[in-house]
Amino acid sequence: MTHSKPSHPPRVLVTKIGLDGHDRGSRVVAAFLRDAGMDVLYTPPWQEIAQVVRLAEEEDVDVIGISSLATDHLLIPKLMRALKKSGLEGIPVVVGGIVPDEDERKLRKAGVKEIFHPGASREEIVSKVAELAGEARAAKEKEVLA
Amino acid sequence: MSKRAKPEGSTKPVPLPLSDFDDARARWRAEVQAGLGDKANPRNRSGIEINALYTPQDWPGGAGDARYMDALGFPGQPPMTRGIYPTMHRGRTWTQRQLIGLGVPEDYNARLKAILAHGGTAVSLIPCNSVYRGYDADGVPPEILGTCGVTVNSVEDMTICLDGIPLGDISTSLNDPSPFTLLALELAVARRRGIPWERISGTSNQSDYLSHFVANHMFFRLALPGARRVLLDHIEFARKHLPQWNPLSVVGQHMQQAGATPAEAMGLTLSSAIQYATDCVARGWDPDQVLPRFTFFFDISISFFEEVAKFRAGRRIWAELTRERFGAKDPRSWRFKFHGQTSGVDLTREQPLNNIPRVTVQAMAGILGGLQSLHTDSYDEVLSVPTEKAARIAIATQNILKEEAHLTDVIDPLGGSYYVEALTDQMEEKIRAVIARIDAAGGMYAAVEAGIPQQICGDSALAFQQKVDAGAETIVGLNKYRLPPEADMEREALRPPPRRIIEAQIKRLKRFKAERDQDAVRRALDALARAAQSADENVFEKVVEAACAGVTHGEICAGLRKAYGFGQPLIVP
Repeated sequence: MTHSKPSHPPRVLVTKIGLDGHDRGSRVVAAFLRDAGMDVLYTPPWQEIAQVVRLAEEEDVDVIGISSLATDHLLIPKLMRALKKSGLEGIPVVVGGIVPDEDERKLRKAGVKEIFHPGASREEIVSKVAELAGEARAAKEKEVLA
Repeated sequence: MSKRAKPEGSTKPVPLPLSDFDDARARWRAEVQAGLGDKANPRNRSGIEINALYTPQDWPGGAGDARYMDALGFPGQPPMTRGIYPTMHRGRTWTQRQLIGLGVPEDYNARLKAILAHGGTAVSLIPCNSVYRGYDADGVPPEILGTCGVTVNSVEDMTICLDGIPLGDISTSLNDPSPFTLLALELAVARRRGIPWERISGTSNQSDYLSHFVANHMFFRLALPGARRVLLDHIEFARKHLPQWNPLSVVGQHMQQAGATPAEAMGLTLSSAIQYATDCVARGWDPDQVLPRFTFFFDISISFFEEVAKFRAGRRIWAELTRERFGAKDPRSWRFKFHGQTSGVDLTREQPLNNIPRVTVQAMAGILGGLQSLHTDSYDEVLSVPTEKAARIAIATQNILKEEAHLTDVIDPLGGSYYVEALTDQMEEKIRAVIARIDAAGGMYAAVEAGIPQQICGDSALAFQQKVDAGAETIVGLNKYRLPPEADMEREALRPPPRRIIEAQIKRLKRFKAERDQDAVRRALDALARAAQSADENVFEKVVEAACAGVTHGEICAGLRKAYGFGQPLIVP
């Protein structure tokens, strides 16, 4: 990337929507990202979609990470629409957890940037999130300058 | 190096032809040194260093030796290491209890009947996540209804779920966190069918509210004091009305799934059981009235010998704890009855059929560890709720292990292996260290409030993941022997129930709510609210009465949430 160095580390929201509460994945990933030097905003499970949108906006996050182990990913298209409605479609959304192949296609079509399946390594997650955060930040700064 | 944690009077050395032994050992050591060099010993998941060979030096208890009697004894007798019943799997094998839950009540009933036809011997019911979280179907996003369990809210729903199932003759295990509305609904169905409650047998799985705060945050949770009260009322109700019901299942599975090592999970589970037993005694109950109805539920990982040793050590510690800490005199109180579930954490999305041998090894560890009841995971559980084909293979795995492999011919067949005995002792030491840490924190209730078990699980989860990423723990198809995605096998996943079926279910619930006796519903909800505020009424009794009067699950939970408050997670990373 040719842009100037970002003024602060990537800010990532790690959260869960819907009804499931299995949080080992989100906790481990939050710890990885934090150890990699990112600013991690972690929430307990069961967030309302409106709450995720509000947090993303108020906390100026660069990436939203949704953990889904028990079909809550089926709500993600709704989240994508809500983000768009608030003009936040520039924030990349990534998903980690159990997502069947057929649903992966649907989520990508809805605008999800990356899906980390069980077994994804720390390196894979950290580097992809950093890359997406960098792009999002660059786009945002360009918008501010324009 | 592998002394038992309990030192008293059992270290009588066994005479050995020492010169021969020492010479042979020295020769062997030299050969190993030449072969292996300075390669470090591996450690198991609980952190115990594993030698290349075990001999009588590591575990010298022989026949007639005091140490044998102190550490092992005979099945059905303290210290219970070799099994909690004299006949163990020779007499009665294990209950084949497959978790089932999907779609709407009709879907559940069809799958349950199929599993029973294929060798299942008990009912299990996994409700939809909306039920776990305390809501009715008309209060949550319809997209996720019935995707992870069955949507069951009312006595009408439960009647359909259990249609054609011989209640009173078959054991029923309900994944039913506080306030135990699924049991209340089952009792309401039994009353309608004229089956006396004394004949209802089974287990309130997920009644261990402490584990929900430590590890598995998917349940409706009353704030801790309310959860404590309702559980004790539930145990009391079972004592009075349900002599064949196990109201308490202490769950180690949540903690191990959340990252605790096998030894940590066992230690934390025993600490929870100590807390519950202490709470029962504080209510003035004789331990021998309640301990025989305590049951346990564990994860079985693929670390084969470690799991066998975990179960043997747990059995030994519980038999001692119940006698020495609680003064239990009834042998039934000393029995460490447990259900095992093969661990989903070990399964991979890559090459999913490889999960079949994984589950087989896990199940063997549980069986040879002496379990009473077993769920084997379907190979596709890492992809979705099991497809019917995968569910059939999972139950067939149990049938093969039970009826083809001759695993049940001998009681505790690994007992007496120098390695297994030494490892059992070392696991016991590790487990006791966890119990001591929780004791020092003031018991499990206080420890959970302070976030100690949560921290243990989180730290160990991270450490394990780092080992996998570094290749120090091999996972076939994942960090070794990978296939390119296009060469990987088909991953068939169960699809969510069709939307029209879900819409029909919501409509049925609304009609049920509109057509019931509204006065009876109001009276039952008032009685529930009054009991929650009063110190001497039994809250669970009012839950049962409410279910019989047509009050729904979501309404009961809402009533209690108002009285006790909602339990939030107590720790973040």
